[in-house]
Amino acid sequence: MPQPFTTIRSIALPLMRDNIDTDLIIRVERLFGAVPRDELGQYAFEAIRKRADGSLDPDCALNDERYFGANILLAGKNFGCGSAREGAVWAIAGMGIRAILAPSFGDIFVTNCYQNSLLPVVLPQARVDAMAASASGLPGAHEIVVDLESQTVIGSDGVVDSFSIPALRRRALLDGLEDIALTLKRADEIAAFHEHDARARPWAYPKRM
Amino acid sequence: MAMSAPRTLFEKVWDDHVVADLGDGFSLLHVDRHLLHDGAGPGLARVKDRGYTIARPDLTFATADHVISTARGRPPTSQSRTRALTALRDGTADAGIPMFDIGSGAQGIVHVIGPELGLTFPGALVVCADSHTCTHGALGAIGFGIGASELEHVLATQTIVQQRRRIMRISYRGECSPGVSAKDIILATVGAIGTAGGSGYAIEYAGAPIRRLEIEERLTLCNLSIELGAKIGMIAPDEKTFAYLEGRRFMPAGKAWDAAVAFWSNLCSDDGAVFDREETIDLSDLSPQVTYGTSPAQTIGIGGVIPRPNDIEDAKARAAIEAALSYMGLEGGEPILGVPVDWVFIGSCTNGRLSDLRIAAAVAKGRHVATHVNAWVVPGSETVQRAAEAEGLDTIFKAAGFAWREPGCSMCLAANGEVVPPGARCISTSNRNFVGRQGQGARTHLASPASAAAAAIAGYIVDHRTLDA
Ligand code: SF4
Repeated sequence: MPQPFTTIRSIALPLMRDNIDTDLIIRVERLFGAVPRDELGQYAFEAIRKRADGSLDPDCALNDERYFGANILLAGKNFGCGSAREGAVWAIAGMGIRAILAPSFGDIFVTNCYQNSLLPVVLPQARVDAMAASASGLPGAHEIVVDLESQTVIGSDGVVDSFSIPALRRRALLDGLEDIALTLKRADEIAAFHEHDARARPWAYPKRM
Repeated sequence: MAMSAPRTLFEKVWDDHVVADLGDGFSLLHVDRHLLHDGAGPGLARVKDRGYTIARPDLTFATADHVISTARGRPPTSQSRTRALTALRDGTADAGIPMFDIGSGAQGIVHVIGPELGLTFPGALVVCADSHTCTHGALGAIGFGIGASELEHVLATQTIVQQRRRIMRISYRGECSPGVSAKDIILATVGAIGTAGGSGYAIEYAGAPIRRLEIEERLTLCNLSIELGAKIGMIAPDEKTFAYLEGRRFMPAGKAWDAAVAFWSNLCSDDGAVFDREETIDLSDLSPQVTYGTSPAQTIGIGGVIPRPNDIEDAKARAAIEAALSYMGLEGGEPILGVPVDWVFIGSCTNGRLSDLRIAAAVAKGRHVATHVNAWVVPGSETVQRAAEAEGLDTIFKAAGFAWREPGCSMCLAANGEVVPPGARCISTSNRNFVGRQGQGARTHLASPASAAAAAIAGYIVDHRTLDA
């Protein structure tokens, strides 16, 4: 069962590059059963974290201990573009991140976030930039608050931004709803659809091979 | 009934699948076809573990493509990959889901076999846990990639919860010059609109140049919709679509076929239908495209010059190009022509179909791959492989020094361990040139089958239209 989503108060990890794709978030070698999904966190962003020789890049925010323990990720445009791999979300959630604040996201990535109680928050570029700039201070002093109930983000500068999450997704997150069980409550509607549709579009229902 | 308002192709197909309106633009949609690849094993097992049953095994179809070896004899390459394949076989057998396994004669890349077997069709709603499911839109279907959790939901309910997309129409005009392919058209489109330009949209590709494209070319075009950020890309079906589908394994025959065609003939955007965004692209001056960077949008014409970072004003964009060029080992300001390549990959759900292989073979015929180049041809499916061998394409490729492989995704994603080595440069007919996509440190140039085959012969990036004998 998903856990109900609660307010997040945390420092933020800034990763402001645009177009961070899912291949960069999690390498394909870690998927297809190679690493259990709840252990993917340690492999998140390998391609960004490490230099060509395999050593950790000290200039990368992911390796900067000021941000260790952050539950909020600040990101650039089109974050999570690319493939449908949900492992990208499992990896980020596995790092302890619970909300991502960015100007825009990849479409399939957003859906995968909702399925894993990871909150994708769209904010104007200028606001994410401002938060990233102030994130580099000492932990504690630069906490950001993300409140899903009121759909607001309070920056460490005290500025309050609103965001909007579709009502259906918001309710599911806040209540920790289990989506298959919800849909199966509509089993009658689904059966009625199938019955009607099989007459309207018989070619859509192949005979068994 | 009142006269209904004009609707777009997308809206018509969407409306046909609504089981329930969930408010706020969300609907519960019926899924016509759920395609599974070799990453689906854990999902099948989890649905069972959670106490659910597979709702419609008759509307679910599986194959193996991502993790399997494309070497002759299909040797196992790792324990985890073997586990993935076994999990898919066990899960589908247990649920009664048809699987087009290796050696069945129909195995292949999931987006190649869907249209080819007539599993996907105009007006269908197709999902698969793979972002290039947009490919099926070339037949007039709504096809989109889903995640692992959504996959479980579809297995257990044969429905999916989705938010309606905004709709963008990209209209093409002008006549392509000879040697310019669907791949070149769509790369140039990604270059023009950007990798996030289509976010939140379903795209409809329209205009006379689209009508002129054969179905396999349309599949290539729609395949890269996700590289525009759009998870759905569609083309209205027409006579070519119907001719392509008629007689395919899962297509109806006789009266049922006629009824289907009559229904499908209405699947087009009505006059006066409203699009949220319209773009027009002129193809008259288009030349073969090749990417120089680590995003499909970083593309130039074959005669073009790699952008100089210093010419770019925006600091962030400049830094992005600098990083891309540094990864690619290229200098801004230099021509892309003449850049030496080490590897050539012809295949994938973008360009692994029979017509693609014919084009590549025409370039390869009577020539030979440059001595320093490893060139692979990987057919998209066993059906493609069989057809290509029947007309002797394999003989042409082998005589020219290309490796003729077994069907699968292979080096498109390198999930099966078939990697381009670190630092090596590959010209590839696939769809993504992301950092590390073809292997850690691998440098990928996306291009058409003709451009890739020509580069294999020359040993460097070359204009295939002027390749010397
Ligand atoms: S060929 Fe490449 S893009 Fe297509 S399904 Fe396979 S891995 Fe994905």
